[in-house]
Amino acid sequence: MASDLSVRNLTKRFGEFKAVDEVSFDVPAGSFFSILGPSGCGKTTLLRMVAGFEAQSSGVIEIRGKDMADVAPNRRPVNLVFQHLALFPMMSVAENIAFGLKRRGLKGAEVGRRVEAMLERVGLPGYGPKSVNQLSGGQKQRVAIARCLVLEPSVLLLDEPLGALDLKLREQMKVELKKLQAKVGTTFIYITHDQSEALVMSDRVAVMNRGRFEQIGRPQELYGEPATPFVARFVGENNVWSGEVTASDAAGATIRTDEGFVFKARAKGACAPGGRADLYLRPEAMRIEPREAEGLNTFAVTVKAILFDGANSRLLTVTEQEHELLVSLPQNRRFDHIAPGQRITVGWHPDSGLCFPAMGAS
Amino acid sequence: MKGSRLAFAIFLAPVAAWLFLLIVLPHVDLLLMSLRGKDELGERVWTLANYMNFFTEPVYWLTFVRTALYAVITTAITFCIAMPVSFYIAKVARPRVQGALMVLLLLPFWVSELVRVYGWMILLRESGVLNFFLMKLGLTQKPVEMLYTDAAMILGLVYTSMLFMVVPLVSVMDSLDDSLIEAAYDLGAGKWTIWRTIIIPHCKPGITSGAIVVFMLTLGNYLTPNLMGGKNSLWFTEQIYNQFIASFNWNQGSAFGFLLLALSSLIIWLGLKLSRQKLGEVAS
Repeated sequence: MASDLSVRNLTKRFGEFKAVDEVSFDVPAGSFFSILGPSGCGKTTLLRMVAGFEAQSSGVIEIRGKDMADVAPNRRPVNLVFQHLALFPMMSVAENIAFGLKRRGLKGAEVGRRVEAMLERVGLPGYGPKSVNQLSGGQKQRVAIARCLVLEPSVLLLDEPLGALDLKLREQMKVELKKLQAKVGTTFIYITHDQSEALVMSDRVAVMNRGRFEQIGRPQELYGEPATPFVARFVGENNVWSGEVTASDAAGATIRTDEGFVFKARAKGACAPGGRADLYLRPEAMRIEPREAEGLNTFAVTVKAILFDGANSRLLTVTEQEHELLVSLPQNRRFDHIAPGQRITVGWHPDSGLCFPAMGAS
Repeated sequence: MKGSRLAFAIFLAPVAAWLFLLIVLPHVDLLLMSLRGKDELGERVWTLANYMNFFTEPVYWLTFVRTALYAVITTAITFCIAMPVSFYIAKVARPRVQGALMVLLLLPFWVSELVRVYGWMILLRESGVLNFFLMKLGLTQKPVEMLYTDAAMILGLVYTSMLFMVVPLVSVMDSLDDSLIEAAYDLGAGKWTIWRTIIIPHCKPGITSGAIVVFMLTLGNYLTPNLMGGKNSLWFTEQIYNQFIASFNWNQGSAFGFLLLALSSLIIWLGLKLSRQKLGEVAS
């Protein structure tokens, strides 16, 4: 598949500081690509370079095969949906959407027709004459996206546009954005620090940290097969143990945690016997009171609290050494008897735990 | 409830007194004076003759039209210079520099207008600094008279008014979100389109209030046109001055004063109509 955006060794330096450090990636046409990272990781700088607001220190940005090095933002076939949307308050909804079309020299009737068609597409038919301030948060969102999509950009860039919305609306907009992208087929590049947004909406996600991409992959890959400890910690929740590798083979490694548990798990990277390693385990990988303990890593914990959150409910448990662990609590009524203070056995399959060489050691 | 109303009355009283004693009362007096005159027998009577004089004597209404026109031109020039200056201060300069630039703008206003105008006169006059350098560089053989022309007068008026345009413009530009400018740029707009469609519409209230202040100050200015304009650059305030002080014709002077008031009100009303704004919105 042809890629709409191709970035090669892109670097941005601010003095000594490298905000974006040798980043390379391709975005296939028509896909939803997210860049996920904590604040200050350089994702906004990366996006602004693609939009043309910042010049790169080195590297190449190509959009549909064309080098963008000397192309000004108003000549690039990309449009940006701003974090705070940046709708023009002095114009009506229709004028906002028509703004880009008029800059391309389109005339009255044609502009009106396209604006109305676009409003229809984002589910706001007849909203043209309204003032921007009359719209709700979700409607403003859609106008901001419509304003860009009406120009039929090669790539639509979105800079955390859901950040300012309240939770309920955000959940709703996530699904809506995904549907909209599927409908219009434009390539979306979405940056966010919210992993749930990235996982729900994207075809592919890049996890960014300190100016570098740690991993690019499908959401399932990032969650199931994190390539680095950072991805394991940042995407989804994880329990972490530190320990020493006692044995390793092709199938995995055996690790003795600092509390004395001996666990078998899969190994990522060089986990040599005798070395330090960190073990990552998802809350939902642990089974409470497993009926068949054969081949599982099992240990006993004390329930400290029940963190009820519907389908996402978990138990806060502690081992004897006061190491806190989150264990997911399926809401199938089987575990209704569990109460704080109780001692339970927890087991997990060696395939669901991941060992990384301890940071600083590799 | 009663207490708060009393407090309101107490605080309002000085303002009301100030308005009444210093603005309403003198104006009523002026209005009455402008309608008084002497008939052929030297008796004091009510008359419109003072106003008639204005229309029958071309030098009066020509000065009047000239003053209005030049005040409008001065306002327009001040706006054109103040706009990029304010943009630089509000959007381009770093915060530290911003303060320094504002102080630089304010600094000339620490000395009186008279001193500022004399400053310009030293620069522009025949034996002035500018002519000295022009002669030194061999650009002219004879000193050029730059002072006492309409251009010099407008220069002085613009210089005097700058601050009153820049301050409201800086404050409205500060409130303009940078991402609006970037969004317009991203959507394909060039520099001029961004100014036309985003920055100027956003700054409209500041532009209007700045323009009103500059226009009023210019129209009512006496010192600068008098000193820098020379004999051929009559300003309407000079006519008023002449009536009051030179001719001792207070009745005629009052009539002129009222005509000036009517003129400034009319032009501001027209300006607001043309830019489709209301005075209340601008002031808020």
